[in-house]
Amino acid sequence: MRDGLRPRPVGPRALLVEVDSAEHAAALAGWARARRDRLGEVGEIVPAARTVLFDEVAEPHRLRTVLAGWSPSAAVPAGPLVELPTSYDGPDLADVARLWDVDEAEVVARHTGVELVAAFCGFAPGFAYLTGLPAEWAVPRLDSPRARVPAGSVGLAGTYCGVYPTASPGGWRLLGRTEAPLWDLARDEPALLAPGTRVRFTEAP
Amino acid sequence: MSLQVLSAGVLTTIQDRGRAGHAHLGVPRSGALDPPAAALANRLVGNDPGAAVLEVTLGGLSVRTDTGCWVAVTGAPTPVSVGGRPAAYARAEWVPAGATLTLGTPATGVRSYVAVAGGLAVDPVLGSRSTDTLAGIGPARVEPGQLLPVGRGGPPTPLDTPPRRVADGLRLHPGPRGDWVEGDALDLLCAGSWSVLPASDRVGLRLTGPPLPRRPGELESEGMVLGAVQLPPDGRPVVFLADHPTTGGYPVVAVVDSADLWQCAQLRPGEAVSFRRGR
Repeated sequence: MRDGLRPRPVGPRALLVEVDSAEHAAALAGWARARRDRLGEVGEIVPAARTVLFDEVAEPHRLRTVLAGWSPSAAVPAGPLVELPTSYDGPDLADVARLWDVDEAEVVARHTGVELVAAFCGFAPGFAYLTGLPAEWAVPRLDSPRARVPAGSVGLAGTYCGVYPTASPGGWRLLGRTEAPLWDLARDEPALLAPGTRVRFTEAP
Repeated sequence: MSLQVLSAGVLTTIQDRGRAGHAHLGVPRSGALDPPAAALANRLVGNDPGAAVLEVTLGGLSVRTDTGCWVAVTGAPTPVSVGGRPAAYARAEWVPAGATLTLGTPATGVRSYVAVAGGLAVDPVLGSRSTDTLAGIGPARVEPGQLLPVGRGGPPTPLDTPPRRVADGLRLHPGPRGDWVEGDALDLLCAGSWSVLPASDRVGLRLTGPPLPRRPGELESEGMVLGAVQLPPDGRPVVFLADHPTTGGYPVVAVVDSADLWQCAQLRPGEAVSFRRGR
């Protein structure tokens, strides 16, 4: 396969494809979903930080052949845009301001000023890893995770932003909270932030 | 393999679906008197519905197997025992080699059916293995002392019968991160003797044994498959089961064959586990 697309077999019925970034993983997963009828039977397409897992693959050779046609510049349909009104009163807002060497108002301005994209989900159902923050804003995880982070908490870890869909332990640095329902099993699509969804945070009134 | 008949009750015969198409020659159709019961017994052990079974009249059958085999008893509900211990009616039961299957007296009904995986392999006559008690065609009635040949059963179909645990190890396939192990990950896993840790649960089967020498460092989270063998920094493998997280950051150095994975659900803490290479 071409550069930037490195497949690794995962047993006989799955393929893990390495790419160069989370953005590429999301793009490849979206591209593959859009032509699912050409891949042969594929049970799962799971993007992650630098990989896309194709699981329960009926025809691995056919899948590899189709995937060879992907390139990072291939067009992917833009996902839906979701706005998340957020109260910026999180316990780590001051720490993030210090790490960024700005005041808290500037943290909010920066965080509401970029459009993020849900690259992949993991950690918990509906927990989306949002990409789009510049590398120089990366922040380390907490040294010791909190035992309980409330649902709706908006946090940063590395260059990712995430919103806890349900209450859980967690080590991300919390900027605030949103009331948006991120995970609802009663909906057809239970995750509000499925991979490919574009996200904009706004300051809640 | 074969069944040795120890006792046959008042009347035991071999039956299948009978001899169709020979009535113009004076040949009765014969066949199991309760065809749905015979078909169910066959289905339970994964046989073709037309495989030959034993039709046991008012119980009293006792047979010993020379090879472990699956059996199922249907029709007239009768107490069933295997190796002297009670066994289930209308369910696939494993009879270990050398064990005796015994049917008591049914409380209701007359004819019980015993299917053996592979079917009874007596020679067919006019396309059927049924004993015809009227015309005397087909195998003789079953008598004590007889050896009844049994065909090669495929494995029972998973839908109908519980698969049997294999003792020679869970089959492994290469995982995506075998290069995180110093040496050949599959060789090391297959050579080690492992035992199940009490922390095992629906997420994963946690094993202890000779730790695999692992490259230090961490991966970014990546998608996980069912049966993934993850290697945390301590070098003790975890086999991912049904409730496994969708992504994880420890390298997956092997994958357990999906056909063997169910056995992980039945392994108890402290029990030994071994691996072998799958194909």
